[in-house]
Amino acid sequence: MTRKKATLLLQDGREFPGWSFGYDGPSEGEIVFSTAMVGYPESLTDPSYSGQILCVSFPLVGNYGIPEMEFDELGLCSRFESERIHVRGLVISDYSEKYSHWDAVKSLDQWLQEQHVPGISGIDTRALVQLLRDEGAKLGAIVPEGTPRPKAIADPNLENQVALVSCRDIHRYGNGKKRVVLVDCGVKHQIIRCLVNRGIEVVRVPWNCDFNRIDADGVFVSNGPGNPELCQTTVRHLQEALTGRRPVFGICMGNQLLGRAAGAGTYKLKYGHRSHNQPVRMCGTDRCFITSQNHGFAVDTATLDPDWEPLFINMNDGTNEGIRHRTKPFFSAQFHPEASSGPVDTEFLFDEFIARL
Amino acid sequence: MLDKTIRKVLLLGSGALKIGEAGEFDYSGSQALKALREEGIETVLINPNIATVQTSEGIADKLYLLPVTPFFVEKVIEKEQPQGILLSFGGQTALNCGIALHRSGFLARHGVRVLGTPVQSIIDTEDRDLFVRRLDEIQVKTIRSHAAASLEEARAAAAQVGYPVIVRAAYALGGLGSGFCDNERELDAVAGKAFAFSPQVLVEKSLKGWKEIEYEVVRDSCDNCITVCNMENFDPLGIHTGESIVVAPSQTLTNTEFHFLRKKAIDIVRHLGIVGECNVQYAFSPDGEDYRVIEVNARLSRSSALASKATGYPLAFVAAKLSLGYGLFELKNAVTRTTPAFFEPALDYVVCKIPRWDLAKFKGVSREIGSSMKSVGEVMAIGRTFEEAIQKGLRMIGQGANGFVCNKPYKVEDLDDALRNPTDTRIFAIAAAFESGYSVDRIHALTHIDKWFLDKLDNLETTYRALEACPSLEAVGCELFLKAKRQGFSDIQIGRVFHSPESAVRQRRTALGLHPCIKQIDTLAAEFPSETNYLYLTYNGAKSDFAPAYGARTVIVLGSGAYRIGSSVEFDWCGVNAVNTLRKQDWQAVMVNYNPETVSTDYDSCDRLYFDELSLETVLEICAVERPFGVVVSVGGQIPNNLALPLKEAGIPILGTDALDIDRAEDRNKFSQVVDRLGIDQPRWRELTTMEDIGAFIAEVGYPVLVRPSYVLSGAAMNVCYSDADLHTFLELAVEISEEHPVVISSFMQRCKELEFDAVADHGRILVHAISEHIEFAGVHSGDATIQFPPQKLYGVTAARIRRMAAAIAAELHITGPFNIQFLADAGGIKVIECNLRASRSFPFVSKVLKVNFIDLAIRCMTGEKPQPVTLDAFELPYVGIKASQFSFSRLNQADPVLGVDMASTGEVACIGDRFDEALLKAMLSVGQRIPEKAVLLSSGDAIQKADLLPACRQLHGYGLPIYATEGTRRFLEENGVPALDGSDAVTLIRTGQVDLVVNIPRDFTHGELSNGYRIRRAAIDFNVPLITNSRLASAFIHAFCTTALPTLPIKAWDEYVPYTSM
Repeated sequence: MTRKKATLLLQDGREFPGWSFGYDGPSEGEIVFSTAMVGYPESLTDPSYSGQILCVSFPLVGNYGIPEMEFDELGLCSRFESERIHVRGLVISDYSEKYSHWDAVKSLDQWLQEQHVPGISGIDTRALVQLLRDEGAKLGAIVPEGTPRPKAIADPNLENQVALVSCRDIHRYGNGKKRVVLVDCGVKHQIIRCLVNRGIEVVRVPWNCDFNRIDADGVFVSNGPGNPELCQTTVRHLQEALTGRRPVFGICMGNQLLGRAAGAGTYKLKYGHRSHNQPVRMCGTDRCFITSQNHGFAVDTATLDPDWEPLFINMNDGTNEGIRHRTKPFFSAQFHPEASSGPVDTEFLFDEFIARL
Repeated sequence: MLDKTIRKVLLLGSGALKIGEAGEFDYSGSQALKALREEGIETVLINPNIATVQTSEGIADKLYLLPVTPFFVEKVIEKEQPQGILLSFGGQTALNCGIALHRSGFLARHGVRVLGTPVQSIIDTEDRDLFVRRLDEIQVKTIRSHAAASLEEARAAAAQVGYPVIVRAAYALGGLGSGFCDNERELDAVAGKAFAFSPQVLVEKSLKGWKEIEYEVVRDSCDNCITVCNMENFDPLGIHTGESIVVAPSQTLTNTEFHFLRKKAIDIVRHLGIVGECNVQYAFSPDGEDYRVIEVNARLSRSSALASKATGYPLAFVAAKLSLGYGLFELKNAVTRTTPAFFEPALDYVVCKIPRWDLAKFKGVSREIGSSMKSVGEVMAIGRTFEEAIQKGLRMIGQGANGFVCNKPYKVEDLDDALRNPTDTRIFAIAAAFESGYSVDRIHALTHIDKWFLDKLDNLETTYRALEACPSLEAVGCELFLKAKRQGFSDIQIGRVFHSPESAVRQRRTALGLHPCIKQIDTLAAEFPSETNYLYLTYNGAKSDFAPAYGARTVIVLGSGAYRIGSSVEFDWCGVNAVNTLRKQDWQAVMVNYNPETVSTDYDSCDRLYFDELSLETVLEICAVERPFGVVVSVGGQIPNNLALPLKEAGIPILGTDALDIDRAEDRNKFSQVVDRLGIDQPRWRELTTMEDIGAFIAEVGYPVLVRPSYVLSGAAMNVCYSDADLHTFLELAVEISEEHPVVISSFMQRCKELEFDAVADHGRILVHAISEHIEFAGVHSGDATIQFPPQKLYGVTAARIRRMAAAIAAELHITGPFNIQFLADAGGIKVIECNLRASRSFPFVSKVLKVNFIDLAIRCMTGEKPQPVTLDAFELPYVGIKASQFSFSRLNQADPVLGVDMASTGEVACIGDRFDEALLKAMLSVGQRIPEKAVLLSSGDAIQKADLLPACRQLHGYGLPIYATEGTRRFLEENGVPALDGSDAVTLIRTGQVDLVVNIPRDFTHGELSNGYRIRRAAIDFNVPLITNSRLASAFIHAFCTTALPTLPIKAWDEYVPYTSM
């Protein structure tokens, strides 16, 4: 079929011509890239992508369509990471017009249209990745032909993205012997499932809720989008939690917030880690893991309180991939042990957390 | 950490290339040896495959050109006393040999440790029952058969595994009495019939139409585990993965499915305790998430070689390091050189592997493909759309296709049947189906190929129609043109739509400004900068990753393409050596090749590797970017050789012999004029276009004649005809004769010697040469013949005359570089039959026996270094090399295992000995012959052949082995005083194992004669009894084992025969 033209516009004025698919309207945000080769339904609904236009480096996208939006007995999405698409736009090379999968009910194109998210195909995604790698993440916009071009692109990292994607009310999941309060900074549903499936009752609270007042055996701080510096409220609550002995486990944004609570600074990576193949090593051991990652900020371990130490390190670039308290049961991972999408090799961290409750 | 107690390691190679075990093991073995040498470990290699890169100087410290069998490996271990042995780099041959040495306790007795995966883990994967039990322990599902002796038991078994099931009659060959059953009613019917053939039936879950998915897993001794690559078969389950079109990464799996299988693969590898590399193959249901493990290969494999090339992750290299005790985290990513080897490659392209079959070369073989391998080679195509990759790949297999569409019409009686029952050409049946209006759904129903793939193929048909709708080439707009190029349409393909020549399409494309981008394979999808120039071309891109510095001293070497019968690992050796020499001379060496089984496509063997097509279009695009000093077309066999003239016409400098002179050797008429002028004799021949002319010519020269058609309808391309009847049968059935398609008839010379002249010349002056002699008389293709170098019984005067003729030809054609001439010699004189101005199949053989690297010398001539002539006289060598051919008839059901003018062997070995008999014995044992211990069965053709064999039979008799002979042969032997037993029931003798060598000599090469001995020959192949079909070779082999006892064979390394180094 013939598709309408569209343009990917960078803040510096550079343009990439392509074809429009999905929603026929403009969209802007921070352009980031992921080198994952599968998992677009999961990635697109990952709240950590809030504010971002995602460029998928693997050229063939849409192959297996989109499954039905279904909810499991806990009320969690069974095939997605949240109820809606969080990316602001999708940049790919070769869109598969026809999909093929027993579980699919619609095409990626149709889903993006329904959710008002534009896509652009026919882009040299490899060239774009190289550009982002060399020059750092950039602001940009997808502009289908005939739609207005944005005048200036607002930087989503100046906005508290966590506040936008966190839940508004307290939700409870499962009914286990132990209870964990989950601070929702934009939690992926698979995280909740990983806890509940291990016999945990999860109390999901908004990012700014003072979870120290909630009766639970442990605290979990979730993943989430944007700049951790904008979540000072959560950091303050965490600082109080760290004075006690209640186990704390954080993932991704959770790692950054825990790091900040432990006195460390955070900084923006040049282009972040978004892929399914990030190697990490558990510090002081020969144990290495392939991890799923999606983050643009990192903890500066040089600034950690002396009571704390790095737990994991990225084997590619040496950046921090997790921290832990030297004596107390507080630890976190920068990567995604719950995977979805990505490799499931580090799911055991949930067991380690639960063992400490 | 590196285990420092290991100082010397023995690596077992895989021997001759055969169907199912080919070039991939040269690549993996070479990588392993490189990894060991880097650590300062002394390496010993046993591999009789002289054409490989791994048996070159400087790869292993010690090389033994000996059979990879327990007998010889034990001798080498006793002599070399290594601390460790590597079994997983030499395919099934090395693995089987290693397991035997482990079981006999030999390795333990000699303190030799199996490095890497423990032997018990290997055994766990090789023994079907153990395998199922081991995977049961971790609740991983395998495919299992349930035996049933009654209908009730069959029903119970079916209920247990769940419908649909497949029922097979046990002990019945050829699938007799088997069938699929969807329910109990169908089971009753099928099983009822099956019990008529067999007292037992096997009930298995039917996995018809399931997907086939593979994972390549690496694990280190610290239990760190990664999956380097996954791959998906285009063809659903039922077709051997070596026979399938394969894509990487998988295209139709969701994240959940991908990681479910990945996790299982890691669980399996951990449970089995693999250290190194391992391949896990799954059947995966297309309508749910059910799976079965098909098999686990606890060694490097065809798939692992493909995965290495598909991802840039050097699996064999890393596996070798891990076997020395390293952890993955201690090794570097070989491409980025900054990130660690502990990671999983991310691809930003799609790879498509397509097998190459040569089934037309074999008489009687079935074209259907299935659970056993028949293909002889493969190609890997890289693109950024599936369409681009598969169309490239279909051209690369080199069987005349222009891509998926725009081919010669695909003729088939029943298209549905051609879709339902896969053959080597099914992909073209799919194209024909689209063309005749079949829907994707209908094709899916017939083939079970996932609709995703079919939809993509349908896109190609759609684009073809859009092109067709344009009134002319000039009317194709830029957008449509670009779309076609992005879908991998070649210029030739587009030209076919408009009946335009390739050059017109290129002109139009250039006018539109359409050129491909050059992209890099970097293992991390551009996330990190990479230093390695592992490149491919694509139209799906806006920016090239790579721009060479202008003025760089660059030479492009064109590789050999897919392995096929007649062109194989020997040309990889030539390509690699060409690149090595160029780099030594400080040229930037650029390789173009697309065969994933090769060392030349290892990105660190050259400065830049273009893993892409060897077509005029692609090579011109590469030249436009590289602006080379010159292109080497003479080291990769016929594919690059054919590009010489078109490249020259396009203004590309060809290194070495001028393309016009290459053409004078290639063109039969022109070459004939050359030799006539030089006064060199050749067998009489003529190119003819009518039956009358053919008859008249044969009346002059007499039978037999060799008939070479230019257009073949079916069957073999060449044939020897002994009578009018033969001639008419062949020409009427198999050949089209017309003005457009002439037939070349030449006088076929019998009972004369065939000699090979391999040489290198510089501006017409020969610098080095090697004359080798076939053991068989002329008539056996030079690629199938057993060859001795230096010749042991050649008259000095004959050799001198051959040298003079060759020198005259070299001077006349102004040869610079490698060339090969074939001669016939008999009492009537010496005749030239063929001349190729390129490296030949025997280049590595003569180079290694002489230890003079012919390719090195040839390249130095081509680049203008003016090297000195080599003064070595081969006839003075105190040893002899024998090259023997490997046949793969056991893989080719029903094929007649007979040799003729068309080549049939899939590989070769060569062994060196102090004496002829010793070298011959080692070489014959290396290609699967065994010294008979029970009895020999003889049936020979005409009186002359019987007489030829008589001395050998006398020797056999004296040796004490009983001889069985078929009627005529037996009479002849008895008349000549050699007692023989009644061998008239030959097939029974073979089947019951009463004979362990069969010598069957067909009278001549006519079809009638072939059918008489066919049953005997085929029985020998099917029951794995060694077979020889040539009287000269049989006599030589019998003489060798009668006079030379196995234990007396000296075990000597290559450098003990050839101590000096001039390579």
